[in-house]
Amino acid sequence: MDKNKRKAYIINTISIISLYLVFFILIQTKVMNKYFMGIAIMTCIMIIMAMSLNIVAGFLGEMALGHAGFMAIGAYSSAYFSIALMDTGFPLPNIIVLILAMLVGGIVTGIMGFLIGTPTLRLRGDYLGIVTIGFSEIIRIFFINFEPTGGAAGLKGITKLVNFNNVYWITIVIIILIFTFGRSKQGRAIISIREDEIASEAAGIPTTRYKVLAFTVSSFFAGIGGALYAHYQAFVEPSKFGFMFSIEMFVIVVLGGLGSLTGSIVAAIVLTVLPEMLRGFAEYRLLVYSLALIVMMIFRPQGMLGRSEFSLTKFIESLILRKDIKNSIDGGETR
Amino acid sequence: MKKKVVSVLLAVLFCASIFTFAGCSSSGSGKDTIKIGFIGPLSGDAAIYGTSAKAGADLAVKEINAAGGINGKNIELIAYDSKGDQTEAINAYNRLRDQDQVVAVIGGVLSGETLAMKDIMVQDNMPVLSPTATAVDVTANAPNIFRACFLDDYQGVAAANFSTSNLSAKTAAVMICKGNPYSEGVSAAFEGAFTANGGTIADEESYSASDKDYSAQLTKIKELNPDVVFVPDYVQIVGPILQKAKEMGITAKFVGADGWDGVQTEYADAAQGNYFTNHYAADSPSETVQNFIKAYKAANSNKDPNSFAALGYDAVHTMAEAIKSAGSTDSKAIITALNNTNYTGVTGTLKFDSEGNPKDKEVTIIKIDGGQLKFETTIVNK
Repeated sequence: MDKNKRKAYIINTISIISLYLVFFILIQTKVMNKYFMGIAIMTCIMIIMAMSLNIVAGFLGEMALGHAGFMAIGAYSSAYFSIALMDTGFPLPNIIVLILAMLVGGIVTGIMGFLIGTPTLRLRGDYLGIVTIGFSEIIRIFFINFEPTGGAAGLKGITKLVNFNNVYWITIVIIILIFTFGRSKQGRAIISIREDEIASEAAGIPTTRYKVLAFTVSSFFAGIGGALYAHYQAFVEPSKFGFMFSIEMFVIVVLGGLGSLTGSIVAAIVLTVLPEMLRGFAEYRLLVYSLALIVMMIFRPQGMLGRSEFSLTKFIESLILRKDIKNSIDGGETR
Repeated sequence: MKKKVVSVLLAVLFCASIFTFAGCSSSGSGKDTIKIGFIGPLSGDAAIYGTSAKAGADLAVKEINAAGGINGKNIELIAYDSKGDQTEAINAYNRLRDQDQVVAVIGGVLSGETLAMKDIMVQDNMPVLSPTATAVDVTANAPNIFRACFLDDYQGVAAANFSTSNLSAKTAAVMICKGNPYSEGVSAAFEGAFTANGGTIADEESYSASDKDYSAQLTKIKELNPDVVFVPDYVQIVGPILQKAKEMGITAKFVGADGWDGVQTEYADAAQGNYFTNHYAADSPSETVQNFIKAYKAANSNKDPNSFAALGYDAVHTMAEAIKSAGSTDSKAIITALNNTNYTGVTGTLKFDSEGNPKDKEVTIIKIDGGQLKFETTIVNK
């Protein structure tokens, strides 16, 4: 086992670094211009958002439709913080400011997630969905009327700190963190609640505590995603964080497969790149986009990867040994 | 397993195709055209504004090309949809610059999307002329960004000047849509100018964009009975307010801003005898205006042009003039030429001040009369 683990680490590290090198060479040779870099940055941010939503929607199995609201809190709090920090004139390197702003965004959003999650997680299914929609709308309307952050006109004057190099590594770190969380004691406890709440309670798992934990961790990472978004866009407007944006993120998670983190990554890439790819179709592009979603859901209702995770190591092994290896974060069968 | 491999392959294919697609579009067009980009909401909630502005811009391009183009070269307008979304707008702009290599950009149509693109546009020193983005910050500290429309503040002041001098109003009530920067901005400017002209603001009522019932606010206004009621908002909100006011028998004159354009079609009765500020008047005696309307109707299955179309049309003409007088497609030369613009179009004479905003542009006051928009007067703020 230990040997296998080491092999997996080596293979994954090599692939992460070589992927980065590929991008690095593409950027250096100007094949990848600012347009592609913009899409790549947005893809990384959407990967973080989709993975963080997957903690609640996939691991915990609850319908959370208010992710845009949490992203808004992260975006606004971090942007407000970094503007204030820049104003003090304290000479800090950009990357430190970005990391501090991300942490502020994450922690503030995590606290909000905890406060919102504690009373609402007594609800289940559709009811929770409706309550989370309500909360995210409240957050949006709060920012519309909150003058210190610019109100409806939006918050301006944010320094652009995010570029492809830093967002790539930040995304890698967050992917690793969320994977580790999913495989940890807490993560497995959360998955057991999804499988059967009564059974897991009988087994001695404090279900309420773990539900709130899942919600808080999910909103923490959503806050980080929001922080990256604010510092990439350099301008945030409350209208962006509407209900449809929450749905968009939920669609990514469902399309990738509820409970599959690698599925979220693949779906985030596809659904961010697809609308841009279709620009050539002009007015029909949203039609094609929606059609792609419908076709996908008809032929693969469980999402791209279902509940299973894609593992590079196992993929290579199965290619060599022609063995069919099932792999999922909870060790369960693929649906 | 097979399925899994297939789905992974599919995803890789999706990602790979973006590069091939991009390759096609950049090599497809000829070298002897001048490419101008257009960014606006062509789908989504605000699609009506984007498509109108684009129709106006298309018409201008057609006219310029028919007249021999710019120094012998034809203009090619490359339009991308922003959906009214900031991220989409940034992507669209990046694509225009990197893939299509446009020399100038007409857009964005909405203030929010333009503000989102502003930083990158300033970095690139791209000549940008927004037809309709009205937020003050759009052109602030951006020597390369210009706009063809007057600002929200400017028309608020014009509405106040019109109310005090032409309608000889002494008291006014203002209805503000909370959370709508357009409504808030115009009202603030109106209130300031109205007070400065010696009038008093008797009442300030607010509502939210999703409200359906305005009787509480209107009851209060009826009691106070001001000379004018200023309601700067969009047709879908202004219409019901006017209808309710008529039912309640409010006799004060209602004055609005350019968001009222189109109120005459569905709310002709309720809007009868009221005024609003606009960018141009369809029944203006000017020959340029009449020619534009005729050409627009011919090109757009007999649809009447609104002010977005007129501004889109003027923006492209102004940009074309600037490129022509610059004599090159170098961005610095175009920006210098834009600074010296003096172009008379459908929406009046366009000159830019040091910020890139229109200088002393005339505001047209329109009266709604018998379901028609009637040209009342033009106002130039001092």
